[in-house]
Amino acid sequence: MKFDTPAKTNPIDQLKVVGKPVDRIDGPLKTTGQAPYAYERHDVAAKQAYGWILGAAIAKGRIAAMDLTAARAAPGVVAIVTAENAGKLAKGEYNTALLLGGPEIQHYHQAIALVVAETFEQARAAAGLIQVKYAAAKGTYDLAAVKDSAPIAKSGGPGGAPESKVGSFVSAFDEAPVQLDATYTTSDESHSMMEPHASIALWEGEKLTLWTSNQMIAWGVADLAKTLGIPPENVRLISPYIGGGFGGKLFLRADALMASLGAKAAGRPVKVMLQRSLIPNNTTHRAATIQRIRIGAGKDGKITAISHECWSGDLPGGNPETGAIQTRALYAGDHRMTANRLAELDLPEANAMRAPGEAPGLAALEIAMDEMAEKLGLDPVAFRILNDTPVVPDNPPPPPAKDEKPDQPKEPPNPHPPFSQRQLVKCLTDGAQHFGWKKRNPKPGQVRDGRWLVGLGVAVAFRNNLLMKSAARVRLDAKGIVTVETDMTDIGTGSYTIIAQTAAEMMGVPLEKVVVRLGDSSFPVSCGSGGQWGANNSTSGVYAACTKLRGLLAEKAGFNVEEAVFTGGEVRAGNSNILLATLAGPEGLVAEDLIEYGDLDKKYQQSTFGAHFVEVGVDAYTGETRVRRMLAVCAAGRILNPKTARSQVIGAMTMAVGAALMEELVVDKRLGFFVNHDLAGYEVPVHADIPHQEVIFLDETDPISSPMKAKGVGELGICGAAAAVANAIYNATGVRVRDYPVKLDKLLDGLPELPMEP
Amino acid sequence: MKPFTYERATSPAGAAAAALRHPGARFVAGGTNLLDLMKLEIETPPHLIDVNGLKLDAIESTDDGGLRIGALVRNTDLAADERVRRDYGVLSRALVAGASGQLRNMATTAGNLLQRTRCPYFYDTNQACNKRSPGSGCAAIGGFSRVHAVLGVSDTCIATHPSDMAVGLRVLDAVVETIRPDGTVRTIPLAEFYRLPGKEPQLETVLDPGELITAVLLPKPVGGVHLYQKVRDRASYAFALISVAAIVQKDGTGRVALGGVAPKPWRVEEADAEMPNGARAVAAKLLAQATTTPENAFKLKLVERTLASVLAEAKGA
Repeated sequence: MKFDTPAKTNPIDQLKVVGKPVDRIDGPLKTTGQAPYAYERHDVAAKQAYGWILGAAIAKGRIAAMDLTAARAAPGVVAIVTAENAGKLAKGEYNTALLLGGPEIQHYHQAIALVVAETFEQARAAAGLIQVKYAAAKGTYDLAAVKDSAPIAKSGGPGGAPESKVGSFVSAFDEAPVQLDATYTTSDESHSMMEPHASIALWEGEKLTLWTSNQMIAWGVADLAKTLGIPPENVRLISPYIGGGFGGKLFLRADALMASLGAKAAGRPVKVMLQRSLIPNNTTHRAATIQRIRIGAGKDGKITAISHECWSGDLPGGNPETGAIQTRALYAGDHRMTANRLAELDLPEANAMRAPGEAPGLAALEIAMDEMAEKLGLDPVAFRILNDTPVVPDNPPPPPAKDEKPDQPKEPPNPHPPFSQRQLVKCLTDGAQHFGWKKRNPKPGQVRDGRWLVGLGVAVAFRNNLLMKSAARVRLDAKGIVTVETDMTDIGTGSYTIIAQTAAEMMGVPLEKVVVRLGDSSFPVSCGSGGQWGANNSTSGVYAACTKLRGLLAEKAGFNVEEAVFTGGEVRAGNSNILLATLAGPEGLVAEDLIEYGDLDKKYQQSTFGAHFVEVGVDAYTGETRVRRMLAVCAAGRILNPKTARSQVIGAMTMAVGAALMEELVVDKRLGFFVNHDLAGYEVPVHADIPHQEVIFLDETDPISSPMKAKGVGELGICGAAAAVANAIYNATGVRVRDYPVKLDKLLDGLPELPMEP
Repeated sequence: MKPFTYERATSPAGAAAAALRHPGARFVAGGTNLLDLMKLEIETPPHLIDVNGLKLDAIESTDDGGLRIGALVRNTDLAADERVRRDYGVLSRALVAGASGQLRNMATTAGNLLQRTRCPYFYDTNQACNKRSPGSGCAAIGGFSRVHAVLGVSDTCIATHPSDMAVGLRVLDAVVETIRPDGTVRTIPLAEFYRLPGKEPQLETVLDPGELITAVLLPKPVGGVHLYQKVRDRASYAFALISVAAIVQKDGTGRVALGGVAPKPWRVEEADAEMPNGARAVAAKLLAQATTTPENAFKLKLVERTLASVLAEAKGA
């Protein structure tokens, strides 16, 4: 099904099942331990051996010598895989560094060996016996030190080109009566999902089956096949349950490759889970950024000039953290400039983490807006409303196609496209009303509650809605059961449930009559889970397949499909009705289709919006910040299931509290690695850090987006929320911190004087 | 993890003797720290002596009006004990400020005293660490040192002792009771129990090889307001950036000890004497010998302000 004109009224609009806060259909399996995760698939293959990955002990250089003698002789050892004996391996399309290093080492904890043994303990013990001599090389690990020589990034992420210019920013900024020029930093962050990366590999002849934990099944198949040099049709990935991903499991990682190599070497199935202490340096992370933001405005508060430059670093051939992209679309202003610059660093590979680009970008921009509002003497909510824009104020040309000469002049395809929906102002006004924003004292450091300095902060949330092809297969059987199959994944998001709701709505059956099977590469290729594109696109794919099945059923019933009504487990037209089960017959009926998109996302800017309101208390003595209240108001198209959507938003808000207050992979700039590489050293919020969180979804449908009229929401909750925390801390204390995370040592010098004498 | 042998001890003296027979052996009780360290091959004992069956899990009143806390009393039970909560509140508060409920259910009194530092370089066997691998150097010096010690450090080690409980015990003038492999029993004031790193940061206590902690003794209660304030980056389940244990009497006199700042609970007699003179005076005495890095220098101000907080709370209590 090609979606190239705005959606009209369709069966989803009945909202008998879709849009209802139904419980997760996989909830009982999860809560009773019957939903097996990859590493627990003891049932799928006999004689599974255990693999343990050894990570490189240096950040850059070479393995001078590797002695496996003792390890090979250790009890229970079945095989040892290294780059020397693994055969020729390619690099996956989505990987920047090799997943198996040696002799060259590209980053700390890059996998250099897999020990396979009869037991987990034997594999781990034997890995400890491998003797490695390194020849370390000098590397570059300090973003700030190399920032000034960093070129414009080659790619711009989903926001398009890496840089944009409109009007004459420099002169407009110079002439602006009120100016802000400030630099912000965000930290390297680790996804820290609950379930570590894990895989079980089984070879049957040339065919490889992998039970794994991966957000993007088709990418995983393609990159595993490419890396191993085998045809993709020989690779099957199965990943029905995933214990969190946040972008960390978008790609083929070392667990999957090493399990495959280990199983080949051992001649039997091998399971590998990345040990927690390996994950921050071995896998991907969100790159730290340095961001310079300049805003010029008239005394009336209207922005005349705005620029946002973002620096990040990655291994050679890597990608930027595109922190500047949202600034092209968020606020008005005639003169503008954005740029994403990328330095080469020898730290581990950077890549997407929940809302790449916008999460760190808004963390900076929304402090800048708070600072600017204060300079202008405006309320921060009012200042944002004053600079709302109905169209995209930037019109950057698209990134050059691969065969295109970069110097070819190009016209922007659609200067200043309108937004398909933009309810940002309503998010702000409704939120302000609901949160009691008017009680905020605009003068910082004024409100005390016992030992606590209390402050309120606001920030805007913005995240683009990304469209991806997505296919599904729908099967109706003689019992009237509808089975949906797609390689879509559920990473804790609720995919199973919203897909079931979609199929139930489309086929007119109760939810209990729908079976959803996900995460298997033998199923039709979906959009997968990432970039908050999963819900809208995968359900649209199911919509397409169900539309086809409805056509088959209507035809079989002899009904005109336009007149056929699917309800109560039957199809009706006029005075006739036939049970779906009867129509299916003993053979059943199957339909498969995919949703693909025309150019509606070029004609319109499709984005999701929100406003975050936060109240914090800062301990006047110690500077410890405790978040007291959080509210997010979201406008994100149709909400397919308010319960699972709310769960996504509060989870993202929690992650933003982490980014605001504590999450920081600490770089040892001498040795080139993230030092705090476990969950004791890398702190994420615990329950005691998270207060009451409230989410309001504005009533919205977006017929430009898809037949579901939905958009993504899973990442909107993290966007801007960290800045709302930082702004609340400023309001509480009067200390403006521009470097995340806002830990107490950055506040101490600005806290009130205390009575130090009796 | 290296392969190891294992035995269950049946008497304290037998446990100590067994430890002497197996050089490098470790006692295991709750295992909440040791097992992690063994999995990471930071600790590689060839032999484990399980002391859980030694019946050292009672809290008993002593003749001099104090308490005798068995080495195997779990942190949860100690924190909840009515006598501890009534008479030694600082200890109860320190205990519940540490770890998580699950860990406190397993962790024992003696094990808590003997837990190892959480310096991230100590935990990464690829990195230089004089405490883990004597003579290899200290990667924390000149590296990430925000959480490290500012007192009692040496040029070989700047790690902190991570215990909260030990800070509470220190301010209570606790005494450690042990048994040695030859069966002799001795008592060691907690003040003298820990060593500073000096040139040998791998040696953390004055315990002899094989010596087993059997109990911790508390003197009779001293009254006063008991407070423990732990400052950290998140609300729970994190080691202290700094902590303050204090007992404050009505007349403003009292005692104070610090956690998170040194390789042991930090107490200075002259600082106790300054209690009536306010936080600045106390901090000046406690921090007189401080050696900071640019990353952890904030701890000095944080100690002073947290002392002010504790003294203000004591006044209001």
